[in-house]
Amino acid sequence: MVIFSVYVVNKAGGLIYQYDNYVPRTEVEKTFSYPLDLVLKQHNEKVIVSFGQRDGIKVGHAVLSINGVDVMGKNTAEGKDILEYFNDPANYPISIRFGRARLSSNEKLMLASMFHSLFAIGSQLSPEVGSSGIEMLETDVFKLHCFQTLTGIKFIVLADPRQSGIDALLKKIYEIYSDFALKNPFYSLEMPIRCELFDQNLKSALEVAEKAGNFGAGS
Amino acid sequence: MTVHNLYIFDPNGNCLFYNEWNRKKQAGISKEEEFKLMYGMLFSIRSFVSKMSPLDMKDGFLSFQTSKYRLHYYETPSGLKFVMNTDLSVSNARETLQHVYSNLYVELIVKNPVCTSTQTLDSELFSSRLDSFIKSLPYYSPRAA
Repeated sequence: MVIFSVYVVNKAGGLIYQYDNYVPRTEVEKTFSYPLDLVLKQHNEKVIVSFGQRDGIKVGHAVLSINGVDVMGKNTAEGKDILEYFNDPANYPISIRFGRARLSSNEKLMLASMFHSLFAIGSQLSPEVGSSGIEMLETDVFKLHCFQTLTGIKFIVLADPRQSGIDALLKKIYEIYSDFALKNPFYSLEMPIRCELFDQNLKSALEVAEKAGNFGAGS
Repeated sequence: MTVHNLYIFDPNGNCLFYNEWNRKKQAGISKEEEFKLMYGMLFSIRSFVSKMSPLDMKDGFLSFQTSKYRLHYYETPSGLKFVMNTDLSVSNARETLQHVYSNLYVELIVKNPVCTSTQTLDSELFSSRLDSFIKSLPYYSPRAA
């Protein structure tokens, strides 16, 4: 029962705060000999598996490290192109680590803005009068909860689907935001939140929510 | 307890079927634009979910809810998308949508030599069977107008 991450989006749709509480690392390291039986392709500055799922390596997983050394985008740590490196039989046997690629900060910014728009479209396509935007989005591995305040700030929490008490947690995060970010004289509205006390209190609120499984009112 | 409407999209984004039962508010745009917006929103949600997800997913995006309605989504392996809006009391309509696909769509449309699945579905039998199926759902009750 985990809370994966927290995002705070301002009125304009820009990401102003992001915290990853628990990032499950599903990584698989294997030794390969020439030729590689997986089909790899370059996508967005990363090398990902496009065909050839086996042994825990799924389609969409990225190459994370070669022979224990982390890669840099689509080049190895020494700057050589990864696909060329794999095509050269002299480099084998190679030990490659595959896993879900970590989101870069840019990607997180784009995803937060994307959600901001989807939230609004959810409200527009409503078959009922007076609907809010998307408050909860469910998939088979996570649930995304969103709370929009009266001033347009969105607090987004990604958690395990079975985790309860997230609504109370969202209200608590709003309280923490108003106490430690808004009341901070050096913080400007709609700007990225860089307040230590906000971070600390957010972390402890998340710990309480995870332990309790049910966040009580009045904490 | 009610079902508002149902959309069926083909893998290219064309809306093959749409029916509404209890819709209180129209989107304010033409039906064609609404279908495109709905498909676009679902496409973006799927892409969003696959990037955001902390673990590898099997079924992917299942549903979302707002303060007034819940949208259920089911995608077949062939890329056909079934979308149903219900009120908040319905928590899981995945089996309903699977039933609509396997027992209604496959039986009456796919196996129908006259229906070409790239255009709007024209089968009266399909519409009437679907209508009676939806009305027979335990969570459907026609609201007093």
